[in-house]
Amino acid sequence: MFDNRYVTEKNNLDLVLSKKYKMLKSIGGGRRSITGIPSPKIDTIMIHFVLLISRQGKVRLTKWYSPYSQKERTKVIRELSGLILTRGPKLCNFVEWRGYKVVYKRYASLYFCMCIDEEDNELEVLEIIHHFVEILDRYFGSVCELDLIFNFHKAYYILDELLIAGELQESSKKTVARLIAAQDALVEAAKEQASSLSTIIAQATK
Amino acid sequence: MGSQGGFGQSKEFLDLIKSIGEARSKAEEDRIVLHEIETLKRRITEPDIPKRKMKEYIIRLVYVEMLGHDASFGYIHAVKMTHDDNIHLKRTGYLAVTLFLNEDHDLIILIVNTIQKDLKSDNYLVVCAALNVVCKLINEETIPAVLPQVVELLGHQKEAVRKKAVMALHRFYQRAPSSVNHLISNFRKKLCDNDPGVMGATLCPLYDLITIDVNAYKDLVASFASILKQVAERRLPKSYDYHQMPAPFIQIKLLKILALLGSGDKKASEQMYTIIGDIMRKCDSTSNIGNAVLYECICCISSMHPNPKLLESAADAIAKFLKSDSHNLKYLGIDALGRLIKLSPEIAEQHQLAVIDCLEDPDDTLKRKTFELLYKMTKSSNVEVIVDRMIDYMININDSHYKTEIASRCVELAEQFAPSNQWFIQTMNRVFEHAGDLVNPKVAHNLMRLIAEGFGEEDDTADSQLRSSAVESYLRIVVEPKLPSTFLQVICWVLGEYGTADGKYSASYITGKLCDVAEAYSTDDTVKAYAISALMKIYSFEIAAGRKVDVLPECQSFIEELLASHSTDLQQRAYELQAILGLDANVATNIMPMDASCEDIEIDRSLSFVNSYVQQSIEKGAQPYIPESERSGMTDVSSFRSQELHEVSSHALRFEAYELPKPVMPSRVSPIEQSSSNELVPAPEPSYHAEMHQVASSVPSVSDTGSLELKLKLDGVQRKWGRPTYSSAAPSTSNADIPKIQNGAPQLDAVSSSSSKAVSYDSRRQQVEISAEKQKLAASLFGGTSKSHKRQSSGSQKVPKTNIPAAEKSHVAKNATSDTAVLERTPQPPPDLLDLDESTVSSSAQSLDPFKQLEGLLDLNQDTSTLTTSDASASGAPDVMSLYGETTLNVQSGGVPNLLPAGRDEANLLSGLAGTPNRDGHGENTVTNPTQQLNKGPNAKESLEKDALVRQLGVTPTGQNPNLFRDLLG
Repeated sequence: MFDNRYVTEKNNLDLVLSKKYKMLKSIGGGRRSITGIPSPKIDTIMIHFVLLISRQGKVRLTKWYSPYSQKERTKVIRELSGLILTRGPKLCNFVEWRGYKVVYKRYASLYFCMCIDEEDNELEVLEIIHHFVEILDRYFGSVCELDLIFNFHKAYYILDELLIAGELQESSKKTVARLIAAQDALVEAAKEQASSLSTIIAQATK
Repeated sequence: MGSQGGFGQSKEFLDLIKSIGEARSKAEEDRIVLHEIETLKRRITEPDIPKRKMKEYIIRLVYVEMLGHDASFGYIHAVKMTHDDNIHLKRTGYLAVTLFLNEDHDLIILIVNTIQKDLKSDNYLVVCAALNVVCKLINEETIPAVLPQVVELLGHQKEAVRKKAVMALHRFYQRAPSSVNHLISNFRKKLCDNDPGVMGATLCPLYDLITIDVNAYKDLVASFASILKQVAERRLPKSYDYHQMPAPFIQIKLLKILALLGSGDKKASEQMYTIIGDIMRKCDSTSNIGNAVLYECICCISSMHPNPKLLESAADAIAKFLKSDSHNLKYLGIDALGRLIKLSPEIAEQHQLAVIDCLEDPDDTLKRKTFELLYKMTKSSNVEVIVDRMIDYMININDSHYKTEIASRCVELAEQFAPSNQWFIQTMNRVFEHAGDLVNPKVAHNLMRLIAEGFGEEDDTADSQLRSSAVESYLRIVVEPKLPSTFLQVICWVLGEYGTADGKYSASYITGKLCDVAEAYSTDDTVKAYAISALMKIYSFEIAAGRKVDVLPECQSFIEELLASHSTDLQQRAYELQAILGLDANVATNIMPMDASCEDIEIDRSLSFVNSYVQQSIEKGAQPYIPESERSGMTDVSSFRSQELHEVSSHALRFEAYELPKPVMPSRVSPIEQSSSNELVPAPEPSYHAEMHQVASSVPSVSDTGSLELKLKLDGVQRKWGRPTYSSAAPSTSNADIPKIQNGAPQLDAVSSSSSKAVSYDSRRQQVEISAEKQKLAASLFGGTSKSHKRQSSGSQKVPKTNIPAAEKSHVAKNATSDTAVLERTPQPPPDLLDLDESTVSSSAQSLDPFKQLEGLLDLNQDTSTLTTSDASASGAPDVMSLYGETTLNVQSGGVPNLLPAGRDEANLLSGLAGTPNRDGHGENTVTNPTQQLNKGPNAKESLEKDALVRQLGVTPTGQNPNLFRDLLG
């Protein structure tokens, strides 16, 4: 009797496990983590995520290059803000966290954080952060936290030109600035067009 | 920037952001966001929403999602937006889907079509936007749908597109290598692209490819080296410079690749020596990025075939890092030291004091890194000091992830290098006490085995000494509250086996302790099982020794409790104990022989000893035994798995009748045995008793099936604890070690105090004394190599005496200077402009003229703002807009020249900007030159306006500090 129950329980557990495994298989890669926060390192993504948090722990920008569920994201942010915001000013700009390293830098009241692997060059990532800030500064014209609060989507566009899939894709400030400017110009043109012509046509055809 | 920039959103959205900014608690923020989600849910489903409005909703959804809430109800609308022809809306849609969706989301299938279309677009910006999405969202199944187009885009005329196409292909390779295996040659081709951006991007996939298969790319060594050379010689366009370094990010990537290629390959390494030496010489070690390149060079040097000259310059660079005041550089120095130490172990000794400083640093990150270094340089001569320190540190860690790691490292080091068993047991006790639940249970078994086996020699007295000291330490520890379960198991086991062995403690004392344990941890069945087995052993030892057993009342009640336990395992143990209590000395010795836990137990699997009983039964008319395999027609009965498979497969209707129940079916031997054991007792059956003893002493929960697997799993331990480590030689070295360290200490003191007199700064005497302590530590940590060599040869105490002072003198000098430096620096930390506090910002603002002039302006703005807000809070938003209108104008006038490519103004601006970061390192006292003031003038004004806005909106967290990036302002 006791043995039987044991068998069925184990059986169920096995079934659940195998189901999960199958699910993982079917979605095209076992990279998604089920329990732990960081996903297993199958590929060599350099930057796992970018976080901008204010000194009060408010989220200003998040970009995830490794897959994290919404729940995991909240957990990550909570853990990291607890870890980083409490650190003194003269300490290292790096924190070891769950076998990863988080490089952060404080600009006034805003913390820029990037999560990298153990083996990566921390100082380089620190400079990538600074590079990003310089580009932001150039774009917004002496950028402040408020710019990022209200124009977070712009910041996303800029980040997309700088990093792609967790890798640094462009290290020239000028090139990034030129691309963003071209996009803005295009948007401008498109908007004028939209406001004048297409809306009229659209309404007429309706 | 245009009208869409700035705060071009609707009032509703502004209000949302504002209210979230004002939220005092996370709960309040959540409430606001939930309310917003409700609003959006309602709005977004309304018919005929204008597209502009829809775009804002999508951005609001992004915002909600960013704050950690679920916006999945709106995903489909974001997907729809990607289908729009208007690039403006399309980009918003694309942005939203990259943020919302993961690569395995169902909605991706709806985007693939649009992506395909957009990849063919004439407008390269549309193609870029689509490629961004490709990098994020295309998964293994959808790769074939876009692959041909992406490959085609590798030859696009715009470099931005080529670059992104390379990255997309890289992503495909990471996701599903097989899908793009035939295209890998493209990466090689793209390395020669005219555009440095594309070349730089190509290094990412190549790095991956080389990581996987180094040999296929050995032919590229020369090319990479020459690219690196050209980069270092500033052949790339100026725009790739970063803080006066030529394309440092590309350099770093190339160095990483060269490190892979040069690893263990002398020929390849030789091609790199010159260029790496050049770079190290050229590196500007005052800037962060220069040090980043330098660090990468060190990594490269430590990975490739060693070259003495480069190693020397790497060591110099490390020395610079370690001497630096910056924690970041110290951290890198420690890390680099850890890398280089494999190649030249002597390098650590030069930096011993710096390392010890880092070990005592208040910065936790630095401390951890230093422990990692210590872990790498542990030898049998310094293991005691290092592991001791590690455990001390481990006790105060809260982070269980790291605690587990450091605990397992302690165990590993202790197992590898333990100088004596005594020390090993003590160390293990400490580890268990503080991190018992985090270490691998195997470690506990190793410990038990060690105590049981002792030195593995004929020296019995040493073994029993070891055991009695273990028993003593456990009796001391066991009274402490909240011990980890694993540790308690070890304690119970050891007390049971050896508690009464040396006659120091009476049986009733030990059993009392064991009952206390069982009572204190009454929820832990495993501990209870260990405790009752221990009781059983002690009682049977007593019986065997011919003494009268008096069961303490609390033991009695404990046994009675277990007799009625829900756990069959505990119950069985209790009944067995009861049975043993009624036996005579002869039987008890056979059941529970003293100190026989390591003896091999012979198991009579044919069960010949029951033959007579079986014979009797058959004569009385019982049915003969039929093997279970014959009965059920199965081949393998022992494993649950096959049985269960059988059950699963036979879920269908069964047509054969159920078998008749058989009255006696001795299929499993042991239960029957045990149930009948009372009758059987008179005949002492050696193998059966041995087995029962085994059951009792081994891990619980193993009850009846696996009598073969009952032994402690101890494989692999023997190797770690083989003779060379701890036999004969080990104790003697440790003995020699301790006095040596002690002898070294006064010696050190003398030298250091004399040197302090020579320098004759009274105020520093204390410092020197502290450093003497550190030096003691250093000597015990690092002196290992030289000492251990010489110890074997001479073994006298002369060696350390001559050795330490020699090393000493240089360190004292170094130490003194570094101490003064620290002293001078601590009262007034140099202001780091990048990490300014509000206070420092405000003070620096006062020192700068333009700000002073603009302060009036700020006040004005404030006044107006307060006026408007007091007038009507509802009209706040338009006011914001009007204010912002001014700023945007300013920005546009400043920004337009930027947008024009290759203008002269731009060059000026560039140099201006390039100049700024440089000042970061030098602190406050830089002169702001007039041109910069001109450039920055409007910016300052603008920022003040922003401040006014901030106040008005009440969003700002910092209040007094409007301009957050003042460092870049100057």
